[in-house]
Amino acid sequence: MKNIAIIGATSGIAQACARIWAAEADIRLILIGRSQERLTQVSNDLKVRSPKAVIESYEVNFTDPRAVAACVTYVTGTYGLDIALFAAGVMPTQELLSTSPALAAETIALNSISPTLFAEPILQFFTNQNHGTMALIGSVAGDRGRKANYLYGASKAFIATYAAGLQHRFAKTPIRIVLIKPGPTATAMTAELQADGIRMAKPEKVAQDIILGISKGDAVIYTPRIWGLIMAIVRKVPAPIFNRLNF
Amino acid sequence: MKVHSWGLLSNEEHQIELTDSNFKHSNAIGIPMGLGRSYGDAALNPGGAIWLTSALNHFIAFDEERGEFECEAGVSLREIQALIIPRGWNLPVTPGTQFVTVGGAIANDIHGKSHHTYGTFGDQVISLTLRRTDGSEMLCSPEQNSELFAATIGGIGLTGLITKARFALVRCTSPWIEMESSPFNNLSEFFELSKSSAIGWESSVAWIDCVGTKAGRGIFMRGNPAAKAESKKVKERQLGLPFTPPISLVNKATLRALNTGYFHLNKAKAGHSTVHYQSYFYPLDAISNWNRIYGPKGFYQYQSVIPHDRAESATQEMMATIASSGEGSFLAVLKVFGEKTPRGLLSFPMPGVTLALDFPNRGASTLELFAKLDEIVIRSGGRLYLAKDARMSRPMFETTYPNVSEFKKYRDPGISSAMSRRLLGA
Ligand SMILES: Cc1cc2nc3c(=O)[nH]c(=O)nc-3n(C[C@H](O)[C@H](O)[C@H](O)COP(=O)(O)OP(=O)(O)OC[C@H]3O[C@@H](n4cnc5c(N)ncnc54)[C@H](O)[C@@H]3O)c2cc1C
Ligand SMILES: NC(=O)c1ccc[n+]([C@@H]2O[C@H](COP(=O)([O-])OP(=O)(O)OC[C@H]3O[C@@H](n4cnc5c(N)ncnc54)[C@H](OP(=O)(O)O)[C@@H]3O)[C@@H](O)[C@H]2O)c1
Repeated sequence: MKNIAIIGATSGIAQACARIWAAEADIRLILIGRSQERLTQVSNDLKVRSPKAVIESYEVNFTDPRAVAACVTYVTGTYGLDIALFAAGVMPTQELLSTSPALAAETIALNSISPTLFAEPILQFFTNQNHGTMALIGSVAGDRGRKANYLYGASKAFIATYAAGLQHRFAKTPIRIVLIKPGPTATAMTAELQADGIRMAKPEKVAQDIILGISKGDAVIYTPRIWGLIMAIVRKVPAPIFNRLNF
Repeated sequence: MKVHSWGLLSNEEHQIELTDSNFKHSNAIGIPMGLGRSYGDAALNPGGAIWLTSALNHFIAFDEERGEFECEAGVSLREIQALIIPRGWNLPVTPGTQFVTVGGAIANDIHGKSHHTYGTFGDQVISLTLRRTDGSEMLCSPEQNSELFAATIGGIGLTGLITKARFALVRCTSPWIEMESSPFNNLSEFFELSKSSAIGWESSVAWIDCVGTKAGRGIFMRGNPAAKAESKKVKERQLGLPFTPPISLVNKATLRALNTGYFHLNKAKAGHSTVHYQSYFYPLDAISNWNRIYGPKGFYQYQSVIPHDRAESATQEMMATIASSGEGSFLAVLKVFGEKTPRGLLSFPMPGVTLALDFPNRGASTLELFAKLDEIVIRSGGRLYLAKDARMSRPMFETTYPNVSEFKKYRDPGISSAMSRRLLGA
């Protein structure tokens, strides 16, 4: 049986991934989230869709290092682990982040620090068993800072650099580190942008790309794929021009 | 952002809010919206808020022993059927499209080709959870909060946000339908066929030609679930209209040809056949934006029900009125409802015959025709279906829906729609 831990399992993108995974044969999904109530909602949904899948859930405080360590010990010890996907995250507006240092600190704690709290002990476990895939969700917003969301972008750039370092560390092993960079996706996170009529990728599409990329052990997944090209261009625009653009 | 309903009659600015199970209403007066398949203004609220239910997308429970399903209200009937039919169950009541939400199906107390067998969607509901704008959450069923339950079924979203519902299923042996289609030459033949199909046929519906000298002829279709699974493969059908044509493709020049063509095509195919449930129940779903064929001005659907005693004469009179008006309809559908009185205070069906007609919006002349049809409907003791309506007058609504004043007691004061302001004054 393949054991997959989805950390931040109630996120829109994570739920779409879980629905695809749950339909596979011989799967145990371990849903990790901050609220058991929300986890139960997701787990019930998956059980209706895929009665054969085994679904477990675990509630934990994502920014408490000791609680996270205990969670990883429990999950790896009780079920074992083959794939872990970290998908939690928040994206307050830059305006709010600029005026509330506490919110900025919380954002960095969840988006940047929390993934490392999970990843390090999980990778220790993967090292011991000599296999495993650790997937982290960054963002296209981490590829270049923009005035509209630079603190969020920076928290995601952290993930990119962190993942690159891990890829270096595990290069000569069977352990895979997958960095996922979604473009704008229609989930709760982007509700306000959607309400303004901005078109977004469907989470189902993004989830398909993520699951395929994880199964192949891709180093970096842009999803939808067009964002790889877009960001290649965006990264190359010279600063004097970039800084005059309004987006 | 700008929002329109299925009839494309308006496209106005709305404030969009995404609801989920933790939804907190903002201060703006709003109205829930599911998949926006209502033709008129039931889910519109120009200048105010629309609460989109797309994030209420979780299944909750599927009791395969008892045949009961529970899910959040933004789940579409298409998703449910895709899951339950392979497992031997089906929804007893679905409309002519699978692209409606459970919330929308309850709030319009929808009916389908199986009305004479199972009644409405609301008849299947075991319980529902209603979230009111004062923050309260209420479980409603025939036993608990039963008045609010009756107001919410067919309550066009005005009693609160339905967050989840539990409803009954029927056994289903295969995704195939054994159908029989028979041409008829006039309304009397239609009523004969309906009578003979009331028992022994799970579903029935007729298409009727209402243009030109042959008006009144049509094709009667009835079906039963096929006993055993056919092994045919079905293709996922999904065509789309790539753009809105500058004028309606359904117009005087094309109508007679369309109707005559449709009649002869189906007459040639008359007899028994085994068809997939999707092409039998939801033929229009194969073309994703078919509503755009009516062009940028949009279109109206006029759906009435006339009680039995006046059914044939009033339908005859309506057909004659349409034929002489020069306005025409391609999608004209006729069905005899069963005897079951629906539960909802504002539910549409009554024992009698329902006629649904699509008309391209040609402005004043279209509305004049509707005024004449209204007069026949009122005189015959019938009414119009709110899911399709965009223009009924308040007096007509009050005369033809006897429970209006009772219904008002259960309204949520934080909810209002273009339709509620038009028909209920607020
Ligand atoms: C091709 C086609 C064929 C059709 N055939 C039939 C048919 O055969 N029989 C039939 O009865 N109808 C039919 N309809 C109409 C359709 O079934 C109804 O309009 C249905 O209500 C649409 O569901 P929706 O999810 O799109 O709801 P919407 O159109 O978005 O909303 C409909 C109403 O429900 C309310 N509502 C939606 N969700 C909620 C919620 N969660 N809580 C509270 N209120 C809510 C809205 O406020 C609004 O008043 C057809 C429509 C089309 C486009
Ligand atoms: N949507 C996009 O456009 C987009 C684009 C690029 C990258 N991403 C990234 O993709 C990932 C998934 O995003 P999404 O769009 O699916 O998000 P989403 O639907 O908004 O979900 C956010 C998730 O984060 C969890 N969360 C929030 N605060 C938390 C906290 N303090 N502790 C623990 N968990 C917390 C939420 O848990 P609860 O359910 O309990 O609230 C939820 O599971 C995120 O990392 C996001 O940054 C998204």
